Amino acid sequence: MMKTRNLPVGPHFMNGDIACAEGAIAVGCRFFAGYPITPATEIAEHLSQRMPELGGIYVQMEDEIASMAAIIGASYSGLKAMTATSGPGFTLMQENIGLAIMTEAPCVIVDVMRGGPSTGQPTMPGQQDVMQAKWGSHGDYGIIALSPSSVQEMFNLTIEAFNLSETYRVPTLLMGDEIVGHMWEKVVIPSGEKIKIVNRKKANGPPEEYMPFRADADLVPPMACFGEGYRFHATGLTHNEHGFPQTSSSEVQTKLVRRLCDKIQMNSDKIIKVEEVMLDDAEVVVVAYGIVARAALSAVRKARENGIKAGLLRLVTLWPFPEKQVARAAQKAKLIVVPEMNCGQMVREVERAAKTTPVVFLSKLGEEPHTPMEILEAIRKGM
Amino acid sequence: MVQETVTPIVHPFSKYLREEMMPHIWCPGCGNGILMNSFVHALDELKLDLDKIVVVSGIGCIGRTAGYINTDSFHTTHGRALAFATGVKLANPELEVVVISGDGDLFAIGGNHFIHAARRNIGIKVLCANNLTYGMTGGQQGPTTPLDSVTTTSVYGNIEHPFNLVHLAAASGATYVARWTSLHVRRLTQSIKKMMGKEGFCFVEMLSPCPEIFGRYNKMRSGLEMMGWFKSASVVENFSDPAKADITPDKIVVGEFVDIEKLSFEKMLHEKISEINEKAMEKVS
Repeated sequence: MMKTRNLPVGPHFMNGDIACAEGAIAVGCRFFAGYPITPATEIAEHLSQRMPELGGIYVQMEDEIASMAAIIGASYSGLKAMTATSGPGFTLMQENIGLAIMTEAPCVIVDVMRGGPSTGQPTMPGQQDVMQAKWGSHGDYGIIALSPSSVQEMFNLTIEAFNLSETYRVPTLLMGDEIVGHMWEKVVIPSGEKIKIVNRKKANGPPEEYMPFRADADLVPPMACFGEGYRFHATGLTHNEHGFPQTSSSEVQTKLVRRLCDKIQMNSDKIIKVEEVMLDDAEVVVVAYGIVARAALSAVRKARENGIKAGLLRLVTLWPFPEKQVARAAQKAKLIVVPEMNCGQMVREVERAAKTTPVVFLSKLGEEPHTPMEILEAIRKGM
Repeated sequence: MVQETVTPIVHPFSKYLREEMMPHIWCPGCGNGILMNSFVHALDELKLDLDKIVVVSGIGCIGRTAGYINTDSFHTTHGRALAFATGVKLANPELEVVVISGDGDLFAIGGNHFIHAARRNIGIKVLCANNLTYGMTGGQQGPTTPLDSVTTTSVYGNIEHPFNLVHLAAASGATYVARWTSLHVRRLTQSIKKMMGKEGFCFVEMLSPCPEIFGRYNKMRSGLEMMGWFKSASVVENFSDPAKADITPDKIVVGEFVDIEKLSFEKMLHEKISEINEKAMEKVS
């Protein structure tokens, strides 16, 4: 076993990409495969330096398809593995994100979102990949996606993403954006004992009885890794609990795909995190996530100063969608305001959960996120 | 009364196969079983620890091999076997990682991964069943389909120049390259044994008869006819120039083409990691 260097405990001034890389190291990620892309490149650069110091592996692959495939291979070989990219690369990864879902490979994918579609705006922020995060790979599945609003959260939520991924054996997405990725802020790295680390359930018992895809009560199967003597098979094809392909049975397909969805949906209360600010008496609720939530918080405070009962519901978890939390806030509110850096993506989910409460959507594309004044203006107009 | 006990007959190679996966999906006359047989013979002769072997396949007829071999195994998405295997080999270099896949999987959709895995010289052993077509989807033109061949998507005759796989592997940096046909079973097994003992990226191609699909459209309707072609056209030219080893109706150059020594990627990487890790520890203490 390699000796490991201590965490750089204490306060630091760093950018979000580096904070994400340090978060990965802190939670025990020891394999990174990636391909350079703005604005996520700094994650790869930092890990190319840090991984060898810790006995971990950094490898630059030939493209994002290969990067995603390599982290699944590393995950199945027992390491915590991550890749990082932006929109165009995230699209290329969708194929093997599907493979990670089907073979239940724990891994983390960081998408530092920029403006799209296509090559779009490499150096500008966006929130245009949040629906791709949910629906990007073909077929039905459950997935987890988190949305950091600060550099500190790039660190914290990377740790959280690994813990969720290891718990549920599902690829977990950290949906940052160009601003949280490139912005420099204070980050406090806690000492090791204060960091919660979750490791996957390991297979135990005699290898001849091991069924790689037989789930426990939490719908998650214990995981064996290559070289441990279990001699198991895994495939992207529809498979039974033995891991063997069974592609013509509606029973096997139904059981497998429902479980892949249910293991996330039925555990959603344990997964979902939101931040609720002044919601108790809020008549107007701003629902926001990522960097936009920072401007939203400022707008809500200004509205309060002007005597408007405003509150903020910040979605830390994007997927599974915090439906109950939105519904609860909507019940008491007269108006919901949803600012997003896209043409209207999470707002559709908000509308669905808000039922009859009117929802105002604030779209912003191209350059900077909404200013607090723009959000305040929408709050004022609506009330 | 004489009591007789009947001992069930167990094939000596049963331990290498997942019998619960049988029957296999391959057609009569297909060469994939010969490739699998040669691989199993090589494992048996080398007495390798089956717990430390990972067989990775892509998509296609031969891609099902991963499910048939009784080691750890993984059946990836189309073309991605080598990229997945790269993650495995780097994460745990003690594992013997073998990719068994087809020409379409490795050289069309997976072509980029192939040349880069070979360039890095990562210690993955690649066994390719080349049937000159896309068998599983019913016989379409592919990157190895010979000129003028008829397929379901080149009904007027193929006008695309095919890849010469041994040339491509050699040029990309492989440390061991060989080509045989399903007729050269012993030599194929010897080549597999040899590559399993080598460091770095190794590539063995086996021309596989596909009478049901490729042969059907190209006047070789039986396995015997396809084997007849291999027999009449094959010429053993060990260590000849792989650039001149194109597969034509008249000549199939077989043999070993490359056998060189070169430090593997995983060895270089892990040596570097140890060195940097040591230094980093000194800084801390």
